[in-house]
Amino acid sequence: MNSKQMKRARAGTLESGDVLVTIEPADALEIKLYSPVINQFGDAIMRSVREVVESFGVTSGTISLEDQGALDCTIRARLATAIRRSFEEEEGVDA
Amino acid sequence: MKRSYLFLPGNQPTMLQNGAVLPADVLIFDLEDSVAPAEKDAARELVASALRSIDYGRRGLAVRINDLEKLYVKKDLEAVVTAGARSVMVPKVNGARTLHHVAVMLDLIEEECGIEKGRTKVIALIETALGIEKAFEAAMSTPRVEALALGGEDLCADLGCPRTKEGTEIFYSRSRLLLAARAAGVDAVDTPFTDARDEEGCYDDTVYARDLGFDGKLSISPHHLRPIHRAFTPTEEAVAFALEVVDAMERAKREGRGAVSLRGKMIDLPVLRQAERTLELARASGMLTAETEGASL
Repeated sequence: MNSKQMKRARAGTLESGDVLVTIEPADALEIKLYSPVINQFGDAIMRSVREVVESFGVTSGTISLEDQGALDCTIRARLATAIRRSFEEEEGVDA
Repeated sequence: MKRSYLFLPGNQPTMLQNGAVLPADVLIFDLEDSVAPAEKDAARELVASALRSIDYGRRGLAVRINDLEKLYVKKDLEAVVTAGARSVMVPKVNGARTLHHVAVMLDLIEEECGIEKGRTKVIALIETALGIEKAFEAAMSTPRVEALALGGEDLCADLGCPRTKEGTEIFYSRSRLLLAARAAGVDAVDTPFTDARDEEGCYDDTVYARDLGFDGKLSISPHHLRPIHRAFTPTEEAVAFALEVVDAMERAKREGRGAVSLRGKMIDLPVLRQAERTLELARASGMLTAETEGASL
């Protein structure tokens, strides 16, 4: 998947219980996590993020997560959506 | 027994999370009207992820997919069926053809994913004049159909009439849908009450639908769950009588009789069926448990 051209993409929101994921093209892979529960759950969140990133075969890009207390399933879903969008897999608006 | 069907907006994580503690009999994760076109992909991913991860207990789990005229339907079905949704709500069902398409797609997805064929059931949302006219045909189109549900707002827009709290304008449509559902042997689910703040109005509307014969009601607000369940809760007197009826009919059966007299009233199979429905509602509302039922007989 990473052989395709990545573009800037976002998914999620800054509402409570959600997470805003932003992906920027870059030469190397960098993950930035901002979370109010980083001390308690930072490691667990990063484990989930790495799992999703690896499952998509992503090896480069700057991935920023602005967590608003999202559940693990929300973080995984928003990240997956952002990655798909960054590879232009999103469907866009219906005709 | 499925009395309440609560819609949860598919792209709102906190609502999907809250579904695990709300007392709805069925949760409907919505990918259609509550999701903006540009967010369809995100909602699909989020709903699938929630279905895989969150423990919703014994609640029924359904997903309202996008209508068949949109491009998203196959992706919707693939995502939610593989994530474990047991039912899909198909909007704007206008007869058998709509559901044939969905059934074919479900056949393929279940086969590809090693899911037992036919596991995924269908709730057909009827919300047009044509849909009402063809409701029975739709209900009989595939064995996957488990319920017909009425969408009163879209229906009124299609009919060109105002939608009122009294609902006089949809009386005939409600009755037609109910007859179609009963004739096909599937559940009938009433249209949502749309004033989220008016709990008494929702109660009255649910009583009305219950008395027509509906099995349950759609809900767009968690505030409506209590009035819906209250409307479907039988009185203690009705439950006591129903228990007596069942008991009397069991005695009649042992004695080789088809009918029996109870409190001066003839009790036969139709009365028994009504009594069994009352007891089913009593169990759903927690009035009867296996222990209390055993003790009362």
